[in-house]
Amino acid sequence: MSIPDHSPTIEKQLSLATRSRPQTKYRYRRRLFNIVFHLLGLISIGVGFAIIGILFVSIFNQGITRLNWDFLTSFDSRFPDRAGIKAALVGTFYVISLAIVVAFPLGVASAIYLEEYIRTNWFSRIIDVNISNLTAVPSIIYGLLSLQIFIRWMNLGRGLLTGALTLALLVLPMIIIASREAIRAVPPGLREASYALGATRWQTTWHHVLPLALPGILTGVILAVSRAMGETAALITIGALTFVMFLPGHVLDTFTVLPILIFNWTSRPQDEFRSAASAAIMVLLALVLTVNAAAIILRQRLRRRW
Amino acid sequence: MAYRGVMQPNARQRQNSRIGERIIHLILLAATSISVLTTFSIVYSLLNETTAFFSAVPLTAFLFDTEWTPLFSNKRYGIWPLITATFVTSLIAMSVAVPAGLLAALYLNEFAPERFRAFVKPALEILAGVPTVVYGYFALITVTPFLQQFIPGMQSLNMLSSGIVMGFMILPMVLSLSEDALAAVPQTLREGGYALGATRFEVAMCILLPAAASGVVAAIILALSRAIGETMIVAIAAGQNPLLTFDPRQSAATMTAYILQVSLGDTPYGSLGYYTLYTVGMTLFLLTLVMNLFSTWFIHRFREVYE
Repeated sequence: MSIPDHSPTIEKQLSLATRSRPQTKYRYRRRLFNIVFHLLGLISIGVGFAIIGILFVSIFNQGITRLNWDFLTSFDSRFPDRAGIKAALVGTFYVISLAIVVAFPLGVASAIYLEEYIRTNWFSRIIDVNISNLTAVPSIIYGLLSLQIFIRWMNLGRGLLTGALTLALLVLPMIIIASREAIRAVPPGLREASYALGATRWQTTWHHVLPLALPGILTGVILAVSRAMGETAALITIGALTFVMFLPGHVLDTFTVLPILIFNWTSRPQDEFRSAASAAIMVLLALVLTVNAAAIILRQRLRRRW
Repeated sequence: MAYRGVMQPNARQRQNSRIGERIIHLILLAATSISVLTTFSIVYSLLNETTAFFSAVPLTAFLFDTEWTPLFSNKRYGIWPLITATFVTSLIAMSVAVPAGLLAALYLNEFAPERFRAFVKPALEILAGVPTVVYGYFALITVTPFLQQFIPGMQSLNMLSSGIVMGFMILPMVLSLSEDALAAVPQTLREGGYALGATRFEVAMCILLPAAASGVVAAIILALSRAIGETMIVAIAAGQNPLLTFDPRQSAATMTAYILQVSLGDTPYGSLGYYTLYTVGMTLFLLTLVMNLFSTWFIHRFREVYE
């Protein structure tokens, strides 16, 4: 903030306040409020960081003894000291890749349509409200939706494909919103120049708008990946909580993911599973935070000023 | 980059290109309709099963009974225990997230140096990126034992610790969105305040906050709908026992925790237990929908537009 603070120093305020003029007494109180407010703001931020610290330290303390190569490369087990996360790790990778393969083209295509093609009328307003509503719909509702559509009606079973489609629907609004913002940030002059040369709408979009909007779109997609990685409730609702002792080889095979495995382990009676859960959380946090950091770095480095 | 099709030597190619444009237009329209279709499918599937539920259970029982026990032999279908638990946990979360988030946002916007702000905002987003199952585990293993030292009668599954942890989950959302709203207030308004001799506190509270009110309210409502829809934290740390209570030390199942609990079990398709999933889901959906529509309306109605 560039506003210079011309208020007198605290000592001066205090000396002013000791005089018994009512006006200065009032002034002292105003300065006091200011200081208290300043401190409260700092404390709020401090508490936020403290929680991050406590969370990480407590998980680290409980999980570090359990985290080793065997833990990463063995399957789940009824015995806490032998349980590992191999199936969940591979399952997470598969289901997210599949979800992004579905959601990325759909999301970008919707964003292009909404930014470059649609005319502003009642229909476009309905779609706007609709997409903002979809982002606020709780993820467990998406689980109920998939249970009905993909499992009951389409009979896809409770496998990888159903999980991926659920996650794809869940992150689709996020991808659409991020892509729309990126496309909107491309200056209209570029489009007009392209049209002036006789290019069609699609040629303009494909050759000029999309390449420039791509970094922003990718940032949105990466954040969607991180959201999907941590998603638990929607996948449990479609019945993905199973004891998986093999790697999925087919899109209809059952699967498990890291968050579900963690949930499963926290609800088991033996205390030893808690350290296994902590170790799995460490792996999950490392993955999610790496992905988030990648998005932040991409956003910073590829930010363009027009 | 090749500019294919820009220079069209004859009419036939132009014709082809027009057909291509039409096809692309249709493909894009189809992709967009997926999101509209999603909303319709959500509403349709929820409505469908909810109707089936209410053909077996009268609406009055749903609204006026005080017990929710569809999975027991003595079946009762009063929604209130699930709603009160959702209400209590969300209220606790909001009472953590709103004061802390707003104070931090005002501090960052009005007191903090620019470089500090540029560091703090993305750094606190870490809190928003942590998967909710991790928060649930954290509430159960770390926060509850800690609070049990001070608060007598605290159960090992309780609404208080899940509410507090949920508050920290939505804190970055309140902070980030309200800070954006505050940053959009024009500099001249601040300068006007300082010129009248206002302190920074007075500028923040009497000028910035009212001027950014629509954005701040939108941030709070969005955070509230996240808290209401949050599942894993309450399912892990607040328990799965439907209980009509406002005592935050007690364990009580929220709407989301109930849905999760039923999904974990073996509830056969077509049974009343299965329909309760969608009825509770419908209640949850309507709640978040109403809040979101309200926030859209509020922003539209009360936004201050500055030149």
